[in-house]
Amino acid sequence: MENCIKVGMADLQSSCHPGVLTTLGLGSCVGIALYDSTTKIIGLAHIMLPSSLQARNNNNIAKFADTAIVKLVEDMLKLGAKREKIVAKLAGGSQMFSFNQSTDIMRIGFRNVVSAKEKLSELKIPVVAEDTGGNYGRTIELFSDNGRLLVKTIGYGVKQI
Amino acid sequence: MSYNIDDLNNLQLDVLREIGNIGAGNAATALAKMLNTKVDMDVPKVKILEFKNVDEILGEAEAPVVGILLNVTGDLTGSIMFILKYKAARVLVNLLMGRPAEFDAEFDELDLSALKEIGNILSGSYLSALSALTNLNIMPSIPDLAIDMAGAILSVPAIEFGKVGDTVLYIETEFSEGNTCVVGDFFLIPDVESYEILLKALGVIS
Repeated sequence: MENCIKVGMADLQSSCHPGVLTTLGLGSCVGIALYDSTTKIIGLAHIMLPSSLQARNNNNIAKFADTAIVKLVEDMLKLGAKREKIVAKLAGGSQMFSFNQSTDIMRIGFRNVVSAKEKLSELKIPVVAEDTGGNYGRTIELFSDNGRLLVKTIGYGVKQI
Repeated sequence: MSYNIDDLNNLQLDVLREIGNIGAGNAATALAKMLNTKVDMDVPKVKILEFKNVDEILGEAEAPVVGILLNVTGDLTGSIMFILKYKAARVLVNLLMGRPAEFDAEFDELDLSALKEIGNILSGSYLSALSALTNLNIMPSIPDLAIDMAGAILSVPAIEFGKVGDTVLYIETEFSEGNTCVVGDFFLIPDVESYEILLKALGVIS
């Protein structure tokens, strides 16, 4: 695969066409995939926590949904993306362990998704597709040619959103 | 002031390593009793990794692993997770069930229950070592189990560590029985408020 860039945990990357961005084994973390169909510029963030405002240590902006989205959009604009053409797809935010649903550690996936959507809506970036929730891990690949997002799982099949 | 594993020095890491050592020693004894055989263990390694390298912990981020999670309450709150590769889990269950080591099939209900029990006993031994050393009252919950991609399972402790720092601390432990060797990783995940309690109890900070 040409120009396939891996995005780690608490990491974000963007790419011009042709490019593929991938992040492996999303659990409660959320993969935020951004795409501008006119310039075929893509960006992918792998966030771990909902908000930088609630954290004691918020140096790593790629770790939080709110700060990662802002940085990712900036990076894509630098590559030449058109701000008003950017759309988003979300994947991940699952709950890996089923017990004790009332505590924060268990609902973190859900909160990550909610926070990502709030930030995207604030920036007027439409969420065109999502594959979130559940209790299983996901590997995602974002392709620059048409912005498709491939979601792979163990035992829950492969889909494209 | 908030405490953070990113700031630990070598002496402090040595303390954690020693707990890992005693805890894993207890765990090996428990495992030996359970399997009714001699179980050897290697000196545990305390490792600290940045988030972006977390998926290297068990090899590949997409490889299936078994994670057993217990919540911890008492003087110290948080959780503890024992994680091992799918194949290693298969080997352990085979040993426990008296099956040939190379037996391979999907885990059935009984196997999963046995795995939870293994996680329970290993984490329990680890926690009792910690409790004895620190004089803290530490009570584990019943175990919960998940089998999925390594990255996805590891995200659970990583997110908790993420609330206070940018690294994950874990203890790699290697058990062997005869020719079979099983590597498992312990993640002790104190709640944000419990870091100070733990480090104080260990005499690392005053």
